[in-house]
Amino acid sequence: MEKTALNFTLNGAETGVFVDAGANLLDVLRRGVGDQTPKYGCGQGSCGACSVLIDGELHLSCLTLAETVAGKSVETTAGLAGGPELHALQKAFIDGFAAQCGYCTPGMLMAARALLDSNPNPSRDDVAEAISGNICRCTGYEPIIDAILAAASGSGRRFG
Amino acid sequence: MTTIEFRKDLFADERVDDLKQIGKPTVRQDILGHVTGRSPYYDDHLFDGLLHMRCVRSPHHHARIRSIDTSAAERMPGVRRIVMPSDVPHNINTLLSLINFGRDDEPLLSHTKVSYRGEPVCAVIADTERQARAAIAAVRVDWEVLPHVLDVEEALEPDAPVVNEEYPNNTFDYHERYDHQKLRFGDIGAGFAQADRVIEGRYQMSPIEQAPLETCGAIAAPETNDRFVCYTSTQALFFSLGTTAKLLDIASSRLHFVGGTVGGGFGGKVDSIVEPMATLGAVLTGRPVKFMWDRPEEMQVGAPRGGERWYIKDGVMNDGRIVARSFTGFFDCGAYTRLSSYAIIKATGHLPGPYTIPNVASNVYCVYTNRTPATAMRGFGITGVDFAIESHMDKVAEAVGMDPVELRILNAYRDGDMKAHRRLAKNTALIECCQVAADKAGWRIGPQFAAASSLSDGGGDRALIGETVTDQEGRIGERRQRRIPFAPSERGTGRIAAGTAGEAVSAARPQRDDMQPEPERIGHKVSAADPERPAQPAAPPAPAAPPPQAPQPAQATPPPVYEPQAPAEPPAPQSPPPAQPEPYRPSEPFQRGVKRPGASRFISGTRRR
Repeated sequence: MEKTALNFTLNGAETGVFVDAGANLLDVLRRGVGDQTPKYGCGQGSCGACSVLIDGELHLSCLTLAETVAGKSVETTAGLAGGPELHALQKAFIDGFAAQCGYCTPGMLMAARALLDSNPNPSRDDVAEAISGNICRCTGYEPIIDAILAAASGSGRRFG
Repeated sequence: MTTIEFRKDLFADERVDDLKQIGKPTVRQDILGHVTGRSPYYDDHLFDGLLHMRCVRSPHHHARIRSIDTSAAERMPGVRRIVMPSDVPHNINTLLSLINFGRDDEPLLSHTKVSYRGEPVCAVIADTERQARAAIAAVRVDWEVLPHVLDVEEALEPDAPVVNEEYPNNTFDYHERYDHQKLRFGDIGAGFAQADRVIEGRYQMSPIEQAPLETCGAIAAPETNDRFVCYTSTQALFFSLGTTAKLLDIASSRLHFVGGTVGGGFGGKVDSIVEPMATLGAVLTGRPVKFMWDRPEEMQVGAPRGGERWYIKDGVMNDGRIVARSFTGFFDCGAYTRLSSYAIIKATGHLPGPYTIPNVASNVYCVYTNRTPATAMRGFGITGVDFAIESHMDKVAEAVGMDPVELRILNAYRDGDMKAHRRLAKNTALIECCQVAADKAGWRIGPQFAAASSLSDGGGDRALIGETVTDQEGRIGERRQRRIPFAPSERGTGRIAAGTAGEAVSAARPQRDDMQPEPERIGHKVSAADPERPAQPAAPPAPAAPPPQAPQPAQATPPPVYEPQAPAEPPAPQSPPPAQPEPYRPSEPFQRGVKRPGASRFISGTRRR
């Protein structure tokens, strides 16, 4: 099958990869580029485990044609920390026990990041709305909502 | 504040004074990987030249396979290998055969017929997932559709289609002779005769898919030393390892299984289906092979919690005391056994719920239907019957005009009570749970119920094992004859002597020699007065003789790779014959667990405790 060259920015780094026509962004990120942080949960846009930011906007990478991100900036959980220090959301997820199996967590973090980037002081309803496209089968969502609110208010408690 | 009682003989390392963690925050050991996206789920392992496997699945609930035409699929671009049932070295298994429980009844790939919608009949391995999908669409299967049955009671009708040829009665055979699990405690007929009213109910719970966010899957690849590595989503790594070794007829020492990072399981990832498929693909192609269910497969063929139907009949006094309770239960185990047979043993052990009822009877069936095979899920074996019991408690409360919480407290078991399976209740807390729940919900209960305690008023007469009645229908070993024996409600015929916790542990005599009670384990003494029962069943019955079906590890074929090359010439006469290792003989006879050692030669160590 003929491959097309695809250039985009992944977590701030220029990236090039050859992709099959019709390949979705999730497969290209996971197998083509080796960024394993977006997860396959359903392949049909139902679960949100594959959520990434494209030019700052939240997208489901399993439903995104890879070629549509040419020249754009893609951000995943792999780039969330941006250095040795964890992102405030990651710290809040650790403190708030907001992950159990962890499979939905990268997608949740992306959804939360998209929310906080646009609305630094969200209400509880705003948070619930923002992660409504992300399914979690373990936590029951409450710890996740609490963690996102804690990250937004900077009130996360740290373990001594 | 009550003190916690520890069995020091069982938990020698546990010390009460070490328990200081409650109330302290702690960090999950795996959470840094979760929040950075670096937790290594099976699909996060990258392999060069990874091939993709997909299955051709049945669109019918029940159908015979006349023929499979893969010629078109073989010529499709990217297709590396078609995997047929004949490629599976030992194409029949049951999950619990690893502990010698039940007969092999399920092929990895079906070759004669399919018994549920989505059952795989062959597989395609291709360079990309898309090519594999295109190729399975090109496989032509000639189906002869058979009548199917999807309802547990219809499956027990005399003219019902046979779902699983290994179990032609459509019921699992317990101990290879009983078609249901039975519980008898006291005299159920007398209980109903004594009751002021009899209240019946029928409860049905549908199958429930665990729906983990990560679908089931595995990646297998050839490793050095002729081994195969398998990264898997399994919840039961050694189940998967043993099952793969058995189905592929390969020494488990040649399999290197890596698991432990599971993207949600909830019981749905114990069935060990994907690992044998992926490993078989790696064996057949010599390449890394991924076998991953997509979401529709996860929902259709991923084994759910089985549906259950329960009939409950209570004999109740006007003051709310339940004096008799009978159950007839039907577990829908789907087309193959998997773990349902075991779930029913758990469910039966749970009857009649957390209540002290002097007369209890139950018949519980593990029924085969043309549904997706069922397996474990949270509260496995208990959740369905608890739903039925608690729904019925509400019904009883309504019938006798009593507050449902008070009815539960009235009938709750208390410390020292005898439970229907003849063990004393310890550390009971239903009464306290009801009180706290009522308090939190602002639900008013009467002062005598608010003052009740699990620690008082138990034991005494409530610790006795009443004379247990057997009955014609429920006679041990009786086979179903054209109708379903519901748990009895009339007077029985046989009698088994009464006892108390101290002496007669199991009122019924062991049905088979290999089903001796284990007094040490269950914490009671067996009465020495019974001449027919050994006073100490733990004593070796016949130390010299090995079990009749002694394990034969020596005869097991060594893996081909270690087999010495056959010399070109006939072996020299002086070369000694290969040493025949001694068959494994246990230093002491088996007392629990495995009843017939040696049936599985694939697992070592099952007999070590």
